[in-house]
Amino acid sequence: MFNQDIVKPENLVYKRTDVLTDNVMHYCPGCGHGTTHRIIAEVIEEMGIQDKAICVAPVGCSVLAYNYFEVDSLGAAHGRAPALATAIQRLNPDHHVFTYQGDGDLAAIGTAETIHACNRGENIVIIFINNGIYGMTGGQMAPTTLIGMKTATTPYGRNVELNGYPLQITELLAQLPGTYFVTRQSVHTAAAVRKTKKAVRQAFENQKNKKGTSFVEVVSNCNSGWKMPAPKANEWMVENMFAKYPIGDIKVDGELVQK
Amino acid sequence: MAAKGTVVIDKERCKGCGVCIVACPKSVLALAKNVNGKGYNYSEATIDECIGCASCAMVCPDGVITVYKAK
Repeated sequence: MFNQDIVKPENLVYKRTDVLTDNVMHYCPGCGHGTTHRIIAEVIEEMGIQDKAICVAPVGCSVLAYNYFEVDSLGAAHGRAPALATAIQRLNPDHHVFTYQGDGDLAAIGTAETIHACNRGENIVIIFINNGIYGMTGGQMAPTTLIGMKTATTPYGRNVELNGYPLQITELLAQLPGTYFVTRQSVHTAAAVRKTKKAVRQAFENQKNKKGTSFVEVVSNCNSGWKMPAPKANEWMVENMFAKYPIGDIKVDGELVQK
Repeated sequence: MAAKGTVVIDKERCKGCGVCIVACPKSVLALAKNVNGKGYNYSEATIDECIGCASCAMVCPDGVITVYKAK
């Protein structure tokens, strides 16, 4: 069913932003990475900061993020994206530097860099994709893996005695005085996507006003790692991930709104 | 009722994840029986009920959906 009469430029409601390149993303079908990329690109387009935005790509599934953003990008060593972003932001204070990191990158190997960059209150935007698993390497346990969740390295489920507790790094970072805006969002429905876009926009606005670190966590699915089709993975995420990682703002304008 | 909106799906880029099908409030979209060049059953509009809400385009991870709405 295709209504050719309506397809006119003046009737356009939504089209893919030009800040994304024409490359086909390598992400698995239904992965939240693609949606989050699109949100960031749309915010960059709306704010008109394409020539001033600098992306710092991590190691993980999104290691090739620089292939998809039509902005200047650098690849950091594993977990070191906030350290690299610190240097870039200090040398180019009028630019918009953002890091795009997964949970294995930000919450495991890069914990020290993340905590210290946030504690120094570096004027950077950190986008954190939390899917509770190491996606790229084959679905191993990450620090954010839920208790009882089966992964390649915890085939009987994550066991607290053996593997410890899931790390809520976003709540941890909200306690630091350097962070100005800390929020947790998701991208599984159209409404959630709009809220996430608003949060990312807020983060970049804070950066423009030199307020300090803005941190946006996006709870995402990993349908390959969780071994489910994409719509089912989103349902599983709502039922299980949101219990441990509740959606909402944690720190707004430097004040904790959730204790 | 005549359709007020329509979607144009770039079927060669579509990966057939089905997220848009769940997001559509009017159940317009479904996976095609045919496959694209990559072997995915791409998403396509099956009925003429689209209201141009762009929910499908909002959740599409690959940004393959363009939405039009009659004014």
